[in-house]
Amino acid sequence: MAIVRLIVNRLSLELAFRYVLGRRRAMAMSLLGITFGIAFFVVTQAQTSGFEAFFIRTILGTNGAIKVSDRFQDMDGTVSRTDQDGRTRFSFRSREESRYTEGIETPHLLRKALSQFNGITGISEILEGNAILDGGSRSYAISFHGIRTNDHISVSDLGNQIIIGDLSSFESDKMSVLIGSRIAQRLMISQGDRVTLKGGTGNIQLRVAGMFESGVSQIDKNRIYLHLAKAREFKGERFSGSIFQVGIQNPNVAPQIAAQMQETLGHRVVSWQEREKVWLDVFKALRVSSAITVSSILLLSGLGIFNVFAIMVIEKTRDIAILRSMGFSGSDASSVFLWQGIIVLIFGIIAGTLLGILATFTISQIPLRIRGIFSTDSFVVNWDITHYFWAILIATIFVSIASWIPARRAGKIEPAKIIRETL
Amino acid sequence: MTSSLGSEIPSKSLLEAFDLRHSFVEGDLTTEVLSGVSLKVEPGEITAVVGPSGCGKSTLLYLLGLLDRPDQGNIFLRGKEVSGCDDKTRTTLRNQEIGFIFQFHFLIKELSALENVALPLRKAGNSILESRKKAQASLTKLGLGDKSHRFANKLSGGEQQRVAIARAIVNSPSIVLADEPTGNLDSENSNKVFNLLSKLATDENLSILLVTHNNELAMKCNRVIEMRDGVITNSL
Repeated sequence: MAIVRLIVNRLSLELAFRYVLGRRRAMAMSLLGITFGIAFFVVTQAQTSGFEAFFIRTILGTNGAIKVSDRFQDMDGTVSRTDQDGRTRFSFRSREESRYTEGIETPHLLRKALSQFNGITGISEILEGNAILDGGSRSYAISFHGIRTNDHISVSDLGNQIIIGDLSSFESDKMSVLIGSRIAQRLMISQGDRVTLKGGTGNIQLRVAGMFESGVSQIDKNRIYLHLAKAREFKGERFSGSIFQVGIQNPNVAPQIAAQMQETLGHRVVSWQEREKVWLDVFKALRVSSAITVSSILLLSGLGIFNVFAIMVIEKTRDIAILRSMGFSGSDASSVFLWQGIIVLIFGIIAGTLLGILATFTISQIPLRIRGIFSTDSFVVNWDITHYFWAILIATIFVSIASWIPARRAGKIEPAKIIRETL
Repeated sequence: MTSSLGSEIPSKSLLEAFDLRHSFVEGDLTTEVLSGVSLKVEPGEITAVVGPSGCGKSTLLYLLGLLDRPDQGNIFLRGKEVSGCDDKTRTTLRNQEIGFIFQFHFLIKELSALENVALPLRKAGNSILESRKKAQASLTKLGLGDKSHRFANKLSGGEQQRVAIARAIVNSPSIVLADEPTGNLDSENSNKVFNLLSKLATDENLSILLVTHNNELAMKCNRVIEMRDGVITNSL
């Protein structure tokens, strides 16, 4: 009700506007505080969440949302509980007591079972192993992934990670291999070269169909892809696989789906959130830390506004008393000061948002070479409306408090006392 | 508005006060400034209140103007008790029935003369256009028609006080309460201001209650009330 009264009180708005114009310098400083506070908040959130989102895209595109691996026998069992709403929830005991059986013995049955889960977009059977890759003049220890091309591109971004060569050439030649970019650099091999994979049941010669770059240096300097059948032959395992990489429609619900799969299948199932928990926690800490730091700018702006308005109420007590004498109520007097806060806030939000957009765009153009947990050549930013929402919300809270206290004081001024003391 | 007003008395007077008492409390010290003041103000009458400093003249004015509440006693406006009514009613009455003029003009410096005068009209709910039209007419009546767009600090002392008078009368109040309106002006401007008030009282049947130290000015009024130590000592 008070808000509605304030909004319809156009006369108070006009007076507030005149008062704001009458104290241009002080108001400009308050405005700058809000503007920079909002802009910095948006920029820092865009950067930290940008790098986080980029990292997530990279690891989802490389290792998928869910990985199904070794079968285990849970010695303590799992506990399922059906709530009153009919939903079943699962809680798992520590896997420390479980007995593991390495790999997947019956991949065709597991694939069939996995395909029954809702929200699955793809299933890729992978046979992992370690070997030595001989490039002719040099050898290098690598980890090979035996895949079925079409299956694997449905759960990863491999198609887009090829930087030299192409997938169709890999797919058409069963004796070909895709090599991580860093391995190719180290072994000084090019597309079309012959390499030898050593260390399995026997050496096999493969043709380099292309190079890929996932952005994760650990993968790019360690991984090669070959056909699943060839990997099985190399490893001497005719039917078995070692892991399943599963793609899902909504990666955010991977932990829940992984838990259900683990309960149902009796295999170790790990979601990408669990797998990358350390890095995700680092990003979260960075994001929260920057939000707190930048919010302090908005807090300081709020204190500045409080200071300006508190002084203004003291300076304008006589005006307020006169307004009261001509029929303005206490709430009218308060609304003059609340409107001043709203005016500064609105202009601050507009300027801060525009500056935030401009600064975010400018920063996204700054060259920055990163090779590590992901690969990028420029600042990665995330354009997310929620960053603006939070920045505006924090600014609104601080400015509201900063204006409300002096406004309340203005509303309580006793006109007779002020006029008597002025004369 | 009427519903929130207090009791009624049969009266022909515009404003009546009975046994008004008021004190100021500062810590443990209580100072009684009004000790039972009763008076009547008739329509179209200029009444001067005179007396030494601290005798309670201004306090009486603020009580009658509903800017403050008496500790005891009653105030009747057109026969209706107003001293005990709620803040909203008092605020409306101040806007529509009472005009104030102070020793200092108290104009809002961020507004032009016209905007200052238009304020009570805007508050009363008049449109911007209508308010400006009436404010301009009021300023013209007081000889400031050509200076209406000037800001307060660009006017002389006499002009500023005339703007304050225009603001006090623009909403056609029943009574104007003037607290030493000429106290800050030279004799020439004092006479001009008084003559204006006198003309308004005659032309518009406006009651004026004037607190002044200027005996010469007081003698020109219809009635003079003398105060001393919080009581009325003489009424001529």
